[in-house]
Amino acid sequence: SWQFLLILFVFLKKAVMALTRFFCSSLQERQFYEEGKPFTCLDGSRTIPFDRVNDDYCDCEDGSDEPGTAACPNGSFHCTNAGFRPAFIPSSRINDGICDCCDTTDEYNSGAACQNTCRELGSKEREIMKEMAEIAKEGFLLKQQLIQEAKSGLEEKKAKLAEVQVSKKDLEDKLEALRTVKETAEQPEKEAKERHLKAWEDEKAAIRLEKDKAKMAEVFLELDDDADGFVSVADLLTHSELDPDSDGSFTEAEAQGLLGGVDKVDTAAFESVWNNIKEKYVSESNADIPAPVETPQEETREPVPENDSEQYPEEDIPEEEEDDDEEDEDEDPDDGDYKVSPVRISIRFMKDDHEFLFNLDLHFVCRNLEKEISFDFGPGAEFAYLYGQCYELSTSEYIYRLCPFNRVSQKPKYGGSETNLGSWGKWTGPEDNVYSLMKYEHGTGCWQGPNRSTTVKLTCGKETVVLSTSEPSRCEYLMEFTTPAVCQEPQSLYPDAHDHTEL
Amino acid sequence: MAAFTERMASVLLLWLAVCLSGTWAVDKGNFKTCDQSAFCKRQRALKPGESPYRALLETMELTNTRLTLQLINDNNKVRLLLELYRLQGNITRVKINELKPLKPRYEVPDVLIREPPTEPLSLLSQDENGVVLSLGAESQRVIVSARPFRLDIMEGRDVLMSLNSRGLLAFEHLRMRKDTFSYKVTSTVASVWDNIKRVFSSQADPEGEKKEEADPANQAETAKEEEEKVEDGMWEESFKSHADSKPSGPSAVSLDFSLPGVEHVYGIPEHADTLRLKTTDNGDPYRLYNLDVFQYELYNPMALYGAVPVMLAHNAQRTTGIFWLNAAETWVDISSNTAGKTVFGKMLDYVQGSSETPQTDVRWISESGIIDVFIMLGPTPKDIFSQYASLTGTQSFPPLSALAYHQCRWNYNDQKDVQEVDAGFDEHDIPYDFIWLDIEHTDGKRYFTWDPHKFASPKEMLQGLVEKKRKMVAIVDPHIKVDSNYKIHNEIRSKGFYIKNKDGGDYEGWCWPGSAGYPDFTRADMRAWWASMFAYDQYEGSMENLYTWNDMNEPSVFNGPEVTMHKDAMHGAWEHRDVHNLYGFYVQMATAEGLIQRSGGVERPFVLTRAFFAGSQRYGAVWTGDNAAEWDHLKISIPMCLSLGLVGISFCGADVGGFFKSPSTELLVRWYQTGAYQPFFRAHAHLDTPRREPWLFGPENTALIREAVRQRYTLLPYWYQQFYQAHQTGEPIMRPLWVEYPQDPATFAIDDEFLIGRDLLVHPVTEEGARGVTAYLPGKDELWFDVHTFQKHNGAQNLYIPVTMSSIPVFQRGGSIIPRKLRVRRSSTCMEHDPYTLYVALNPQRTAEGELYIDDGHTFNYEKKEFILRKLSFTKNILSSVNMAPDAQFSTRSWIERIIILGASKPSKVTLKTAGGQESQVEFEFDASMSVLTLRKPGMNAGVDWSVTLQ
Repeated sequence: SWQFLLILFVFLKKAVMALTRFFCSSLQERQFYEEGKPFTCLDGSRTIPFDRVNDDYCDCEDGSDEPGTAACPNGSFHCTNAGFRPAFIPSSRINDGICDCCDTTDEYNSGAACQNTCRELGSKEREIMKEMAEIAKEGFLLKQQLIQEAKSGLEEKKAKLAEVQVSKKDLEDKLEALRTVKETAEQPEKEAKERHLKAWEDEKAAIRLEKDKAKMAEVFLELDDDADGFVSVADLLTHSELDPDSDGSFTEAEAQGLLGGVDKVDTAAFESVWNNIKEKYVSESNADIPAPVETPQEETREPVPENDSEQYPEEDIPEEEEDDDEEDEDEDPDDGDYKVSPVRISIRFMKDDHEFLFNLDLHFVCRNLEKEISFDFGPGAEFAYLYGQCYELSTSEYIYRLCPFNRVSQKPKYGGSETNLGSWGKWTGPEDNVYSLMKYEHGTGCWQGPNRSTTVKLTCGKETVVLSTSEPSRCEYLMEFTTPAVCQEPQSLYPDAHDHTEL
Repeated sequence: MAAFTERMASVLLLWLAVCLSGTWAVDKGNFKTCDQSAFCKRQRALKPGESPYRALLETMELTNTRLTLQLINDNNKVRLLLELYRLQGNITRVKINELKPLKPRYEVPDVLIREPPTEPLSLLSQDENGVVLSLGAESQRVIVSARPFRLDIMEGRDVLMSLNSRGLLAFEHLRMRKDTFSYKVTSTVASVWDNIKRVFSSQADPEGEKKEEADPANQAETAKEEEEKVEDGMWEESFKSHADSKPSGPSAVSLDFSLPGVEHVYGIPEHADTLRLKTTDNGDPYRLYNLDVFQYELYNPMALYGAVPVMLAHNAQRTTGIFWLNAAETWVDISSNTAGKTVFGKMLDYVQGSSETPQTDVRWISESGIIDVFIMLGPTPKDIFSQYASLTGTQSFPPLSALAYHQCRWNYNDQKDVQEVDAGFDEHDIPYDFIWLDIEHTDGKRYFTWDPHKFASPKEMLQGLVEKKRKMVAIVDPHIKVDSNYKIHNEIRSKGFYIKNKDGGDYEGWCWPGSAGYPDFTRADMRAWWASMFAYDQYEGSMENLYTWNDMNEPSVFNGPEVTMHKDAMHGAWEHRDVHNLYGFYVQMATAEGLIQRSGGVERPFVLTRAFFAGSQRYGAVWTGDNAAEWDHLKISIPMCLSLGLVGISFCGADVGGFFKSPSTELLVRWYQTGAYQPFFRAHAHLDTPRREPWLFGPENTALIREAVRQRYTLLPYWYQQFYQAHQTGEPIMRPLWVEYPQDPATFAIDDEFLIGRDLLVHPVTEEGARGVTAYLPGKDELWFDVHTFQKHNGAQNLYIPVTMSSIPVFQRGGSIIPRKLRVRRSSTCMEHDPYTLYVALNPQRTAEGELYIDDGHTFNYEKKEFILRKLSFTKNILSSVNMAPDAQFSTRSWIERIIILGASKPSKVTLKTAGGQESQVEFEFDASMSVLTLRKPGMNAGVDWSVTLQ
C-alpha cells in the first residue's frame, strides 16, 4: 500500500504547488514569490529554486519559503478571509484539522469539513462594529458632557473650598479670639473657683466629723443595752457583724479586742475604739448610714481630651469619613490634624456654643472637598461623576458593589456580612491607556492568603454599569465596568469601517 | 470563591490549627515515629542475635513446585509454616505464616497479575543441619539451615542474600487476650490439663509435641509463657486523641536480609529522599504507610502518599531485588558495615586486603499479615525489571496525548475561565493537551456532579475542547459526601458498600465535603459498581475526552489518626490495618476499569492517582503529591520519580511550579524545562497562589516556557515509544544512570541527572542563578551529543556545561536514533499525521540504532497487532528501516521529512532505496564545523522499508 501512499503524496505535492498560486501570502508579500524565479528567504539568508517554495519542507530559517504549509515551525499563514478581516495564523495551524480561517483555506488537506463563515462573521462584525461605533459616538458625546460638568463642578468645588477655607479661617480666628477672651475672663473666675473649692473642702470635712460624732453617740446608746453608761463585751456580742475575722463565731476575746483589751468602755473610751466598730456596725433600727462622700468636683471637672471622642456620638461623623479614617490611617496626613486641629479644640472648648455643629460641618466639607479635588479623575476629569456613586451587580451568590474612588465590596445574597474587596488605590492601565484599569487594594485579608484586591476594567459604554465580576486568582477580583468616560473619539477607532465592506 | 476557604477553615479548625501553625514545613508531630507505633517499637527493640527459630527438618515436604517445612520458636513453641517456591525467571518466593493461626492472617490479593508460575526445585543434599536445594540454572542454591533457622541463597561460592542471618525473624502469633474473662477460664483449665498430662506421660512422646501444638489449651499456655513480655500497645494503643482498639492484638511480622557485597540499595518509594537509600541506624526506619502529608519535608524517611515495598540492591557485579508483599504499615531498617567508614578508611581496607566484605543489612517490619517475599536474583538491572514485571505487571500504555502537556490549577473557576485559559494557550502559541478541574468543579464536593452555576453545561465546555483536539481531566475522590440527596451516597449506603467502623456502622470521616463515607474498594463488587458509574449515561456531563484524577485516596481522613483511616475500621472480615496501603491501588484500579468500560473496551484510560502500591503501574500515572514552589522540591522530583521508576511505576511527575506557595519566575521556567523531560508533565498550583499560566510572566519568560513545552512535543514520538517499551518490558522510562551503566560505580549515587530510555541524558538546572552545571557523561566508549548545539562530548567524564535561561543540558547518546516531530501544533492529536525527523547520532564505530513505534495513539487496537514497529539502524553508511513486527498491520500518513546525522562525514552522494527497488538521489547539507549531515526531504512513508546509502 505504500505505493498508493507515494502516489497520494505526489498528488498532494502537486496540489500544494497549485494552491500556492492562489493564496499563502499576503498581498504585500506576494511580490517576493515570483513564479519561476529563484526565491530569496525574506531574511536574505539564502536563495532557493522556486520549486522549493511551498514544497512542504522548510528551507529558510525565517520560515518564509513555506507560507502555505506547516513545514516551518516559525512560519505564518495568511488567510484572505474575503468578506471578513484578513489574518495571519501560525503555520502550525495549517491542516491540523481545526478550522482557523473563516475562508477555510488553512484546512486544504486535512479532511476537516470547514464552512466558509467569512460573510457571516463579516456581517456580524460589521453589525457589532456599527453598534460599537454608535456606542462610542454617543459615549463620546456623553464624555464631553461629563468633562464639561466636571470642569464646572470642579471650579464650583474649588470656589466652595476657597470659600469654606476662608470662613473656616474666619471662624478659627474668631474662635481664637473668643478663646482668648474667654480665658482672660475665666482667669479670675478660676482663681475664685479654687478658693471656693478649698473652703468647700474644709467645710465638708467639718460636717463629716460632726456627722460621725452624732453617729457614734447614737451607736453608743444603741449598744449600751443595759443603759449603764458603758458598752461591755456582752453588749458587743449581740452584734455578730462586728466579728473581726468574720468566721461565724464572735468570741468574747474578739469583742474584748474591739474594746481595746478591756471589758467595757464609757463614752470617752468608746471614742477611741469607735474606729474599730463603725465600718461594720449595722444599726439595730437598720437605718442606712448616709454616704459620707459627696463632692462637687465632678461637676467642675474640665473635659479631658482623651475622653473627648467618646462624648461625641459617632453618628455625628459621617460614615464614609469614618471608614476612611480607619483605612487610610497611614496615608492620610489630615488625620493627625483632625485630632489636634484648633477647630476641634475650639469645639471642645466652646462646647455650649451653638456654632460648634456648623463648625464641625465645615471641617468635613473642607476635608471632602480637598480630597475630591485631589483625585485623578482623568485628563478631563471625566471620571469625576463616579465619585460618591455606587454600582451593584448581583450574581447567583453575591451582590458586588463598586463605589468608584472609594471601595469595592461583596455581600452574600442570603445573609452574611459584607467583605471589603479593596479600597481605591490607583489607575493601573498600560502606559498608553492608564485610565483603562482601576486598582482597589488592601481589602479584607484572606485566610492564608493576601488581602483582597480588585482590578476594575473599564470599557466604553453609554451607561455606567458593572458588567461582570470574577475571581481569577483567589482573593484577586476582576470587575468589568462600562462608562462613557473611557469612550474614544469614534473616528480614531475605526478609520475605515466602510472599506471593509468592500472586501 | 474566597469565602469557601474561610468556611473550610472553621470546619477543619482542629486539623488546620496544627498544620498551619505558621511554618511551611510538615508538622512531624502529626505523624508517628517508630517509637510511637507500638509494633515498630516492639520489633525494633529486638537486637540481632541468635534466632529463637529452628527449622523442623522432619516436617519438610518437597513437591515438584514447592518446599514446605515447619519452624518452631523455641521460646514459645509456636510453629510457623515456611513455603519456598522457585518461580520462573530467577525468582525465589519465601512465604512464612503461622502453622495454625487462631484465625486467618491477611494475604494480599490482586497485586500479583497471576499465581506466579513455578519451576522445579530439587534437593541437592540434606543432613541434620539443613538442606541444600538447587535453584535451577547457574549453580544457584538455597541452603536451609535448621539451628537456628536461616536461608542463604548462593551462586557458586558467593552468598547473594541471607535471610534471618541476624536472627530478626519475628512473628507475633495471634493469641487470646489475657486480661479478659475467657482467657482466665482457658488458662486455668490449661494448667490443670497440663499437670494431668505430666502425671500420665513419663517420657516425651514423639507425637506429643505435635498434639500439644494443636491443642487450644496449649496455645494459652504459650501465651502464659510470654506473660512477662506483655507491653503497652499490644491490645490497644493511642496516638494523639485517637484510640486504636486492636481487637486482634499483636500481629507483627519481621525478617532481616543480609546483602553481602552491597553498598547501594534503592527503591521502597514513596519518600522525599535521595535515590540511594540511607542507613537508618541513627534515626527512624523508612516508613511505608500511605498518608496525606501536609507540606512534606525533604530528605527524611517519613511515609508519604504511596508505598511500593520493593527494594533493589546493586553492585558492579549484580543487581538483586526484594519484594515484600504486605499491605499493612511497614518500616524498613537499613544498616551497612561501611556506612560509617570514610573514603580513606575504605581505601585502607582495600590496600591492606583485610577488609571485611561490604554488606548492607535490611530489615522489614509489618504490622500484620504474613511474610511473603519475592527474592529477585537479577543478575542485571533489566532482569530485575522483567522479574518484577512478571509478578505485578508493567506500566499501562497510556494514550499518546497523556504524554503531552497538562495544565492544572486548583481551581479553574468556571467554564468561562476554562475557555479563556484554552484561548490563552492559542494566543501565545503554546501547545497543551489536557486542562484539569480540581474539587471546586463539583456540586458541593459531590464527585460525578458539576457545580450548577460555574459548570452549568459541561458538555458544551468539553465539546469546545474536542474542537481544539484537546481533553479534560476532572477529579473524582473516593470520599463520598454523606447526604441523602446524593445519588452516589445513597446507592453505596443501600448496597452496604461503605467501610464499617469497629462497631459495625458505616465509617464516617471528615474530608472536603465535610462528613464523608469511604467505599470499600477492596470488594470486587464495589469496584464493579464504581466502574459502572463512569458510563456516559451515569456520569452526567461526561464525554469521551473527559478523564479522571483520583486524589485523597490514601485514604485521607482529616479527623483520623495521622490524617487517615482508623486501623480498626472494617473491610468485611479484615481490619483496615491489614489493607491500608492497598486502598489507593484499588481506587485507581476501579476508576481505570470504569474508563475502559464506558468505551466498550476500546479506548485506553488515563487516571492519575496520588496513593499507590505495588502493581499501581497497571492503572495509570502517579504524581509526587503536594510539593512546594521551592528549588529543593524541584531537585527532589528527580530522585522521587527515579525511585518510582525502579519499582515499575514509570508514569511519574511532580507538580510543575510547585503546589504550595508561588514560584519565582526563574524557578517556574526551570521547572518547565525539567518537567518537559519527566514522564508526567503537569503544571499545578494551590488555590491560594496567584495565577501562573505560562504567559503571565512577561514575553521573555513566555517564550522560554513555550520553548520548553515545544521541546516536549517534538520528542513525543520518542516518549511514546518509551512507554510502549515500558509496557512490554517493565523497564523504567526515566532511569538512573546506573541502570544503563551498572558496572560504573561513579553512577551509583547520581540523582541530579537521569536518562530517558537509553538514549537521552538530562541534567536539569535546579539551582537558583546557576551559570553552569557539572554533568557526568557515563560510558567510557560513549559519545554524547548536545541536543541543542550538536556539540560532541566523550563519555566517562564530568563535564562543566555553561547554562543560560534558554534551556537545560540534554544529550543524545552516540549510537542512537531518535525520531522527532518538529512541527509542533496546538495539541499532540493535531500532530498525528505529521512527518518525522530522524536524529541519528553516530558512535565511535559509526553505527546507530533506534526504533519507531506508531499506532492510532488512543485505543487498545495495538493489542490486536495494529501498529508499526520499525527498527532503524545505521551501519556501514547505510541507514535502514526494517519491520520488527511483520505480523502487525497499521498504516500511517506520516513520512520522513528530514534525517539529521550527527558525527557524520561529508558524503558525495546520498541514495534512497525503497522497497520496490526504486532509487532516488537525496539532497543534503553538511555542516563541517559540527559534523552534521542533514538529508533534505527523503519523503518516504514512515511505515515502509527503505534504506539510505551515503557514498
